[in-house]
Amino acid sequence: MSPPEPVISLRGGTASLGGHSVLRGVDLTVEPGEVVALLGANGSGKSTTVRAVVGQVPLTEGELRLFGTPLRRFRQWRRVGYVPQRSTAAAGVPATVREVVSAGRLARTRLRPLGRADKEAVHRALRLIGMDELAGQSVNALSGGQHQRVLIARALAAEPELLIMDEPLAGVDINSQRVLAEALRKQTADGASVLLVLHELGPLAPLIDRAVVLERGRVQRVDHPERLHDVACHPQDSGHPEASARIETGLLP
Amino acid sequence: MSEMLSYEFMQRALLAALMVGVAAPTVGVYLVQRRQAIMGDGIGHVALTGVALGFLLNQSPVWSAVLVATLGSIGMELIRWYGKTRGDLALALLFYGGMAGGVMLVNLSEGGSTANLVTFLFGSVTTVSESDIVTVVSLSVLVLLITLGLRRQLFAVCQDEEFARVTGLPVRLLNLLLAVTAAVTVTVSMRVVGLLLVSALMVIPVAAAQQVTRGFATTLGLAMGLGVLVTLSGTVTSYHADVPAGASIVLLAIAVFVLMTALAVPLARGRAKRAEPEPREGSEEERRTRART
Repeated sequence: MSPPEPVISLRGGTASLGGHSVLRGVDLTVEPGEVVALLGANGSGKSTTVRAVVGQVPLTEGELRLFGTPLRRFRQWRRVGYVPQRSTAAAGVPATVREVVSAGRLARTRLRPLGRADKEAVHRALRLIGMDELAGQSVNALSGGQHQRVLIARALAAEPELLIMDEPLAGVDINSQRVLAEALRKQTADGASVLLVLHELGPLAPLIDRAVVLERGRVQRVDHPERLHDVACHPQDSGHPEASARIETGLLP
Repeated sequence: MSEMLSYEFMQRALLAALMVGVAAPTVGVYLVQRRQAIMGDGIGHVALTGVALGFLLNQSPVWSAVLVATLGSIGMELIRWYGKTRGDLALALLFYGGMAGGVMLVNLSEGGSTANLVTFLFGSVTTVSESDIVTVVSLSVLVLLITLGLRRQLFAVCQDEEFARVTGLPVRLLNLLLAVTAAVTVTVSMRVVGLLLVSALMVIPVAAAQQVTRGFATTLGLAMGLGVLVTLSGTVTSYHADVPAGASIVLLAIAVFVLMTALAVPLARGRAKRAEPEPREGSEEERRTRART
């Protein structure tokens, strides 16, 4: 029996934004059921890596496969739940929490109307993230942490096998961080894989199988989170140059 | 009232006003959501070139306006995707080009002068003909089918375009469809309120509705109601007071907006009070509501 395909396989990912090369050969693999954290200083290419994985930043070089399918031919977006970096600009028209979360279900329904099963999935996502009581609230009236939870519920509404989250803890209060950690734990217990960008591991540390530290568009080191201590904030202070060179592929032996 | 309704021209005028009043805000809500409230104006200016082209070629100005406005709105959408030019500059160029093109073409047409354009610039709902009404009704129904039938998809695209792309929605197609729908709406509404005021009918009912609503669906529904209210009452006012219908409609819409804004303050207070039993959420919301008003 052949081993299962990795859910994300990025080989030599190279990308530039506005003429600046941001990714310079990033290798990244997420195996089924794995929780991988991308760490690194500002500008190290964490967000760009994640946005490249979901096809929102074009790779100039390298190969990207999602669930074993090259990105260019990948169509099963319902298997992917994406939580973009929280935008500060609210839309010009108010929307309720439920309306925003329902948008995530479109990954499954596409152009057909929402059925009962879809509405139940939306409700489950809202409950999982502790927002079911605020479902009728306007998202503009929420705190930063609540807003972030809404975006996560939106990704969960499609019942994805792979969650990709860009800075889910940024500006999130401790209470919301705990809710988020608990929701993630339930998702991974059900077999979901997770790739997330973090500034610090925080309450998510026990969930993370592998941390990939980026520095100036390259993988600087890959390790178990408990061996990383605080390097997330100070990646340049850590590790021996030779050691990090050997694991630059982003794969654990 | 019955005297007014006994005139066929008024029946047609009221039907056209009704259709436009209900359809225009359904497109406007997405433009406002995407913070492109001014896009309708751009399309309106481009449509003027289309109207003049109709005069030049001796064709129906409505259909030539639909065609040119559609091409213009697709152009704006393409500029948004690929443009290195800043969006507002591109829009400005379309404004001026559309206006100048219209004046140029109408003066080139046989016996045509800039005066021909006035009906289209400011609307003339009481001169809507039998064949015009067929066009207005059928195009409005088409607009409603798209904006209401695809409301979840269009909402997702206008709320968070990057997220919508990752869900696998045909985002480009939906954006193009919205642009074309906006163009059709502008040309349908030009007989009622005129090209220069079209955008007001798309935007103001939405702006008024969202003063008191919390959700997208309720905003959309209320905006449609307010749209119908102002177009019908504006048309009736124009009949009784012998004033231009387009201007009456827009001024009424602004009055409704002011009224809704005034209503919003006590409404928000009531909501904050009701939210108080949950101390954390309540205080948070209250603070935000205060900050916004």
